[in-house]
Amino acid sequence: MTALTKAEMAERLFTDVGLNKREAKEFVDAFFDVVREALERGEQVKLSGFGNFDLRKKNQRPGRNPKTGEEIPISARRVVTFRPGQKLKLKVESYAGSRQ
Amino acid sequence: MTKSELIEALASRQNHLAFNDVELAVRNVLDQASQALAHGERIEIRGFGSFSLHFRPPRMGRNPKTGTPVALPGKHVPHFKPGKELRERVNGIPADKP
Repeated sequence: MTALTKAEMAERLFTDVGLNKREAKEFVDAFFDVVREALERGEQVKLSGFGNFDLRKKNQRPGRNPKTGEEIPISARRVVTFRPGQKLKLKVESYAGSRQ
Repeated sequence: MTKSELIEALASRQNHLAFNDVELAVRNVLDQASQALAHGERIEIRGFGSFSLHFRPPRMGRNPKTGTPVALPGKHVPHFKPGKELRERVNGIPADKP
Protein backbone atom coordinates (compact mmCIF):
# COMPACT_ATOMS: atom_id res chain seq x y z
CA MET A 1 0.00 0.00 0.00
CA THR A 2 1.26 3.50 -0.77
CA ALA A 3 2.19 5.84 2.05
CA LEU A 4 0.62 9.19 2.85
CA THR A 5 3.12 11.92 1.93
CA LYS A 6 3.29 15.72 2.02
CA ALA A 7 2.29 15.86 -1.65
CA GLU A 8 -0.91 13.90 -0.97
CA MET A 9 -1.69 16.02 2.09
CA ALA A 10 -1.34 19.18 -0.02
CA GLU A 11 -3.61 17.71 -2.69
CA ARG A 12 -6.31 17.14 -0.07
CA LEU A 13 -5.94 20.70 1.29
CA PHE A 14 -6.57 21.85 -2.28
CA THR A 15 -9.71 19.71 -2.73
CA ASP A 16 -11.11 19.76 0.84
CA VAL A 17 -10.13 23.17 2.23
CA GLY A 18 -9.82 25.14 -1.01
CA LEU A 19 -6.26 26.40 -0.61
CA ASN A 20 -4.63 26.88 -3.99
CA LYS A 21 -1.92 24.39 -4.90
CA ARG A 22 0.98 26.65 -3.96
CA GLU A 23 -0.62 27.63 -0.64
CA ALA A 24 -1.38 23.99 0.12
CA LYS A 25 2.18 22.88 -0.51
CA GLU A 26 3.60 25.76 1.56
CA PHE A 27 1.15 25.04 4.34
CA VAL A 28 2.15 21.38 4.67
CA ASP A 29 5.84 22.33 4.69
CA ALA A 30 5.19 25.00 7.33
CA PHE A 31 3.14 22.58 9.44
CA PHE A 32 6.01 20.14 9.90
CA ASP A 33 8.58 22.96 10.17
CA VAL A 34 6.69 24.57 13.06
CA VAL A 35 6.36 21.24 14.90
CA ARG A 36 10.02 20.45 14.33
CA GLU A 37 11.16 23.88 15.49
CA ALA A 38 9.16 23.55 18.71
CA LEU A 39 10.81 20.18 19.41
CA GLU A 40 14.18 21.68 18.55
CA ARG A 41 13.61 24.34 21.22
CA GLY A 42 12.91 21.54 23.67
CA GLU A 43 9.15 22.10 23.69
CA GLN A 44 6.70 19.20 23.87
CA VAL A 45 4.03 19.29 21.12
CA LYS A 46 0.51 18.22 22.10
CA LEU A 47 -1.97 17.66 19.30
CA SER A 48 -5.20 16.67 21.02
CA GLY A 49 -7.01 13.80 19.32
CA PHE A 50 -3.81 12.76 17.57
CA GLY A 51 -0.98 12.45 20.06
CA ASN A 52 1.94 14.09 21.84
CA PHE A 53 5.51 14.47 20.68
CA ASP A 54 7.63 14.30 23.81
CA LEU A 55 11.34 14.83 24.36
CA ARG A 56 13.41 12.45 26.42
CA LYS A 57 16.93 12.74 27.69
CA LYS A 58 19.03 9.63 27.31
CA ASN A 59 22.15 9.20 29.40
CA GLN A 60 25.42 8.03 27.94
CA ARG A 61 25.53 4.24 27.67
CA PRO A 62 28.09 1.71 26.46
CA GLY A 63 27.82 0.69 22.83
CA ARG A 64 29.79 -1.36 20.36
CA ASN A 65 30.79 -1.01 16.75
CA PRO A 66 28.89 -4.00 15.30
CA LYS A 67 31.54 -4.55 12.62
CA THR A 68 34.72 -4.42 14.68
CA GLY A 69 33.32 -5.30 18.10
CA GLU A 70 35.15 -2.28 19.47
CA GLU A 71 33.51 -0.67 22.50
CA ILE A 72 32.51 2.97 22.05
CA PRO A 73 30.26 4.94 24.40
CA ILE A 74 26.95 6.17 22.95
CA SER A 75 26.85 9.82 24.00
CA ALA A 76 24.03 11.36 26.04
CA ARG A 77 21.31 12.66 23.73
CA ARG A 78 17.85 14.09 23.45
CA VAL A 79 15.30 12.07 21.49
CA VAL A 80 11.72 12.56 20.27
CA THR A 81 9.06 10.04 21.20
CA PHE A 82 5.45 9.96 20.04
CA ARG A 83 2.62 9.00 22.39
CA PRO A 84 -0.57 8.42 20.42
CA GLY A 85 -3.71 9.92 21.93
CA GLN A 86 -6.70 7.87 23.06
CA LYS A 87 -8.73 8.77 19.96
CA LEU A 88 -6.00 7.70 17.54
CA LYS A 89 -5.32 4.50 19.51
CA LEU A 90 -8.97 3.52 19.30
CA LYS A 91 -9.14 4.22 15.57
CA VAL A 92 -6.08 2.11 14.87
CA GLU A 93 -6.67 -0.74 17.33
CA SER A 94 -9.30 -2.46 15.24
CA TYR A 95 -7.31 -2.39 12.00
CA ALA A 96 -7.41 -6.02 10.93
CA GLY A 97 -4.90 -5.96 8.07
CA SER A 98 -1.42 -7.42 7.84
CA ARG A 99 0.47 -8.01 11.06
CA GLN A 100 3.73 -6.15 10.99
CA MET B 1 3.02 23.69 22.10
CA THR B 2 -0.66 22.85 21.82
CA LYS B 3 -2.84 22.53 18.74
CA SER B 4 -4.13 26.09 19.17
CA GLU B 5 -0.58 27.41 19.52
CA LEU B 6 0.36 25.52 16.37
CA ILE B 7 -2.59 27.15 14.58
CA GLU B 8 -1.47 30.60 15.78
CA ALA B 9 2.13 30.00 14.73
CA LEU B 10 1.02 28.86 11.28
CA ALA B 11 -1.42 31.75 10.91
CA SER B 12 1.32 34.31 11.58
CA ARG B 13 3.74 32.54 9.26
CA GLN B 14 1.21 32.09 6.45
CA ASN B 15 -0.39 35.49 6.93
CA HIS B 16 -1.97 35.51 3.47
CA LEU B 17 -4.33 32.76 4.68
CA ALA B 18 -7.49 33.49 6.66
CA PHE B 19 -7.22 32.33 10.28
CA ASN B 20 -10.25 30.12 9.77
CA ASP B 21 -8.58 28.40 6.80
CA VAL B 22 -5.49 27.72 8.91
CA GLU B 23 -7.68 26.09 11.57
CA LEU B 24 -9.42 23.97 8.93
CA ALA B 25 -6.13 23.03 7.32
CA VAL B 26 -4.54 21.92 10.61
CA ARG B 27 -7.56 19.79 11.40
CA ASN B 28 -7.54 18.41 7.85
CA VAL B 29 -3.87 17.38 8.03
CA LEU B 30 -4.37 15.64 11.39
CA ASP B 31 -7.53 13.91 10.13
CA GLN B 32 -5.70 12.69 7.04
CA ALA B 33 -2.93 11.31 9.24
CA SER B 34 -5.39 9.53 11.59
CA GLN B 35 -7.40 8.15 8.68
CA ALA B 36 -4.32 6.82 6.94
CA LEU B 37 -3.21 4.96 10.06
CA ALA B 38 -6.74 3.70 10.72
CA HIS B 39 -6.56 2.05 7.28
CA GLY B 40 -3.15 0.60 7.94
CA GLU B 41 -1.44 3.06 5.61
CA ARG B 42 2.02 4.41 6.50
CA ILE B 43 2.80 8.13 6.64
CA GLU B 44 6.18 9.31 5.35
CA ILE B 45 7.27 12.90 5.89
CA ARG B 46 10.80 13.49 4.65
CA GLY B 47 13.09 15.06 7.23
CA PHE B 48 10.43 14.69 9.91
CA GLY B 49 9.73 11.01 10.26
CA SER B 50 7.37 8.18 9.47
CA PHE B 51 4.32 6.71 11.17
CA SER B 52 3.36 3.07 10.85
CA LEU B 53 1.44 0.44 12.78
CA HIS B 54 2.95 -2.13 15.07
CA PHE B 55 1.07 -5.31 15.92
CA ARG B 56 0.67 -6.34 19.55
CA PRO B 57 -0.11 -10.07 19.69
CA PRO B 58 -3.02 -11.42 21.77
CA ARG B 59 -2.16 -11.98 25.43
CA MET B 60 -3.69 -12.98 28.73
CA GLY B 61 -4.39 -9.99 30.90
CA ARG B 62 -5.96 -9.68 34.31
CA ASN B 63 -8.86 -7.74 35.70
CA PRO B 64 -6.93 -5.52 38.10
CA LYS B 65 -9.79 -5.50 40.62
CA THR B 66 -10.58 -9.20 40.85
CA GLY B 67 -7.38 -10.75 39.50
CA THR B 68 -9.40 -12.91 37.07
CA PRO B 69 -7.50 -13.70 33.86
CA VAL B 70 -9.00 -12.18 30.68
CA ALA B 71 -8.01 -13.01 27.11
CA LEU B 72 -6.99 -9.81 25.29
CA PRO B 73 -7.12 -9.86 21.49
CA GLY B 74 -4.21 -8.71 19.32
CA LYS B 75 -4.25 -5.09 18.26
CA HIS B 76 -2.35 -2.51 16.24
CA VAL B 77 -0.72 0.54 17.80
CA PRO B 78 0.61 3.66 16.06
CA HIS B 79 4.38 3.99 15.95
CA PHE B 80 6.52 7.03 15.06
CA LYS B 81 10.10 6.85 13.87
CA PRO B 82 11.80 10.26 13.78
CA GLY B 83 13.64 11.04 10.56
CA LYS B 84 17.36 11.76 10.42
CA GLU B 85 17.01 15.53 10.22
CA LEU B 86 14.58 15.70 13.16
CA ARG B 87 16.79 13.38 15.23
CA GLU B 88 19.88 15.49 14.61
CA ARG B 89 18.21 18.83 15.14
CA VAL B 90 16.54 17.81 18.37
CA ASN B 91 19.86 16.57 19.59
CA GLY B 92 21.48 19.92 18.79
CA ILE B 93 23.42 18.82 15.75
CA PRO B 94 22.83 21.19 12.82
CA ALA B 95 21.29 19.29 9.90
CA ASP B 96 23.53 19.35 6.83
CA LYS B 97 21.76 21.03 3.99
CA PRO B 98 22.12 19.41 0.55
